[in-house]
Amino acid sequence: MGLLTLGKAGLGAFRQALSAAELRVGPDGRPAARLPCPLASHILSIRMIEPDLFAREDDAAHPASLSEAYRSTALRSPGHRPIRIPQTLTETSGFTDWSQACAVGSADLTRTAGGEAIGQRILVAGRVLDEAGRPVPRTLVEVWQANAAGRYAHARDQWDAPLDPNFTGAGQVVTDDDGRYAFESIRPGAYPWGNHENAWRPAHIHFSLFGPAFATRLVTQMYFEGDPLIALDPIAQSVPAAARDRLVARFDLGLTRPSYALGYVFDIVLRGPAATPTEA
Amino acid sequence: MRLGQTPWQTVGPFFHYALPHPGGADLTAPSEAGARPDLVAPGHAPLPGLSAATAGGEAIVVQGRVVDGAGAPVPDALVEIWQADAQGGFAGGRHFGRCATGDDGSYLFRTIRPGRTPGPGNSLQAPHIAVGVMGRGLLRRLVTRIYFADDPSLDEDPILALVPPERRGTLLAAADGAGGYRLDLVLQGPGETVFFDI
Ligand SMILES: [Fe+2]
Repeated sequence: MGLLTLGKAGLGAFRQALSAAELRVGPDGRPAARLPCPLASHILSIRMIEPDLFAREDDAAHPASLSEAYRSTALRSPGHRPIRIPQTLTETSGFTDWSQACAVGSADLTRTAGGEAIGQRILVAGRVLDEAGRPVPRTLVEVWQANAAGRYAHARDQWDAPLDPNFTGAGQVVTDDDGRYAFESIRPGAYPWGNHENAWRPAHIHFSLFGPAFATRLVTQMYFEGDPLIALDPIAQSVPAAARDRLVARFDLGLTRPSYALGYVFDIVLRGPAATPTEA
Repeated sequence: MRLGQTPWQTVGPFFHYALPHPGGADLTAPSEAGARPDLVAPGHAPLPGLSAATAGGEAIVVQGRVVDGAGAPVPDALVEIWQADAQGGFAGGRHFGRCATGDDGSYLFRTIRPGRTPGPGNSLQAPHIAVGVMGRGLLRRLVTRIYFADDPSLDEDPILALVPPERRGTLLAAADGAGGYRLDLVLQGPGETVFFDI
């Protein structure tokens, strides 16, 4: 990364030195063995920023933009395939430490100054990891969800189910050094939507994560083990079958707090380091 | 062994009370760190603006609309940006902005015109803003870039060079004559914005 501090003139001089080394030819007209170059360490620096830092989004894990069953995608999914570009500093930089920005999060959605929310108390906890299994520390996790009746505290949610003045419906936490997060909530209710006849969203919690770079951003939804609506839901079913279970939190007796709340474990895996050719 | 990536899902239509944080669309000033400062204990630190790292930076407004394949505004999209500071660097300050679209599909960011940032090899990129678009009906994030149509370094940009010339215009924000830039994000159809696989 020291190379990035070189000015443009420095880069030009370096480019010339590299060309001279590459263009040297032997007596037979074929390229001669490369001469040792005093800038060799800089070549390594350049090569290090050339390959992708992060694995690409895995098409076997993510939904396609267009889903016939999810009608709102019809006019909102691009007709062109996205153009693959190399990852530059723009894509590989990001927030690496949110812990100072919001030292005290709102990890408890179940109460306000006015009292306690109604419904089944739950604890949701897990780890944020990358594909290599390494924890993603100090990253922001934002969550929001419907209340126990399936109603959002949102002006545009007009479904005729009761609001709960003591359910905040939104929270944010920062992972610890081991990538762990936890928050306390109320099990959300299912809610109807207009996608098709008698359509109901399974109970779910929305998650938003940043990870270490612009490239690692993830917004997803967490479902609950055993919910029969998952199999009927076009949004959950938009995920390739082999990866669908990754969105389902499992009940965990160890996390369950006696006489207080049921525990659900939901681990989240963000894009990790790109596989190197030697690993392939 | 590698773990499988957690799949993307749509942000849905009901994120407004949870994600857009007060001041989040203005990178020139500090913002709240979350959408609900009322829920966060007193004493939390706001996120700084970009300004500390951008002495001499040019304040600009970047705005436009998100429109769908029928040309209709998308009133429930979430637009996020990530950009370098005026020197082309990413150290210090808040390089991130977040804006929910209005009823007319509009988004608006106040920011600092970014500097040039290194590209692959020893190239330099033209000034640009990375953009992520999410919303109801978007099962995964769409990623694009905003460049500045009046910038003299566009021809040197290694990323624009990968875009077919006839589509490059969808990435170029036009100066509006009042210190601002305007670019619509077209999700589908004629004039469809170029989206990137990063
Ligand atoms: Fe939802």
